[in-house]
Amino acid sequence: MKIAIASGKGGTGKTTLAVNLALVVPEAVALLDCDVEEPNCHIFLAPTVERSEAIGVMIPVVDPDRCLACGSCSRFCQYHAIAGLDTGPLIFPELCHSCGGCVRVCPTGALSETTREIGVVEEGWAGRVRVIQGRLRITEASSPPLIRAVKKRGPVDGITLIDCPPGTSCPVIAALRGVDFAILVTEPTPFGLHDLRLAVGMVRTLSIPFGVVVNRAQDGNRSISDYCETQRISILLEIPDSRQVAEAYSRGQSVLTALPGLRSELDRLYRNIKTRVRPGTGSEPCECTVRRRPQDQPAGASSESQS
Amino acid sequence: MKIIVTSLGPSLDSPMDLRFGRAARFILFDDESRDFQIIENTQNLNAAQGAGLQAAEIVSRAGAECVLTGHCGPKAFKALTAAGIRIYTGVDGTVAEAIDRLRAGQLKQAESADSQGHAF
Repeated sequence: MKIAIASGKGGTGKTTLAVNLALVVPEAVALLDCDVEEPNCHIFLAPTVERSEAIGVMIPVVDPDRCLACGSCSRFCQYHAIAGLDTGPLIFPELCHSCGGCVRVCPTGALSETTREIGVVEEGWAGRVRVIQGRLRITEASSPPLIRAVKKRGPVDGITLIDCPPGTSCPVIAALRGVDFAILVTEPTPFGLHDLRLAVGMVRTLSIPFGVVVNRAQDGNRSISDYCETQRISILLEIPDSRQVAEAYSRGQSVLTALPGLRSELDRLYRNIKTRVRPGTGSEPCECTVRRRPQDQPAGASSESQS
Repeated sequence: MKIIVTSLGPSLDSPMDLRFGRAARFILFDDESRDFQIIENTQNLNAAQGAGLQAAEIVSRAGAECVLTGHCGPKAFKALTAAGIRIYTGVDGTVAEAIDRLRAGQLKQAESADSQGHAF
């Protein structure tokens, strides 16, 4: 069973919830940190990294001797990653989405593909929790290929928790694809509510069953609960706004050390989700993988194709 | 020598458009015949991304040797430079005034992009 922990707004407590849920789940559990621009689960879990693997994407390279500067490649590229100058194509790898189309349309075979490294996937253990995290190289703009690489390395069996990046754009969609349930973490602030609405729209569009966790809940503040009531969304858990929690967090400790009572509530949350999900019947995995012939795969860093 | 000037209007008296990639149109001026052509940039004006690069392609394929504009982002600058085109940024006034200043040697060639890219 795959459970994603997502949110519209950043800083609502996705990592906090993902880490502490991983500590509470009784079965074999893997925590996938898909917030690859800023993976933070390791700060709280301190996993031993046993394996680190470079992840690359395919980009075109031009052989100037065979190029006629016809501009076919640049006209084909929907992402404008190739400037078709009269002196020949100029490639902007950071804009390339690795579709391989330019190579196919080139009439003289002047274009070929090479691998460009975008980050690493690190795998290890924190006690009995398997931790797999992606780390996007600084200055890289596109994280979905790395997120898909992290997910591909997750175990097939047991419980998989996916700590998503914030927001509702492509990286989050890449992290959410194929999960059985999404926990949307929010906070009772105007921004929290605003971005929760966006996140709800997102998971509904993806047909992923979901529930809400309110972090930093305050007595008397009903902004989130009123919204959830109107929308018939279940609130799975409320974590109180508490100084002890903030202190534990800023020391890199589990929230369970500050609020031991949270353990039973997280356990209840987990069992609650389990009853709502029949594994494998959630949203279908839709990776839209571009299949390549084996001889098209270069040696070196493994490559993630683009959906 | 062929010169591209980014322009708001369709004549040499038109005020320059200070944007390069999202310029309303380009005026391609032939220094020898003193004729000019108008190249519309409608497609790039509304492009979600890649306007600067596509504009650089237009300039390159028009056979221009230099570009007079207000601002030029990093990708367009890189592409224009790769195509061997000289770039003059910080130019304003009308299209004709800009060309006159270039001919009088009053413009200084840009050595780098002068505005931030915004590809994403």
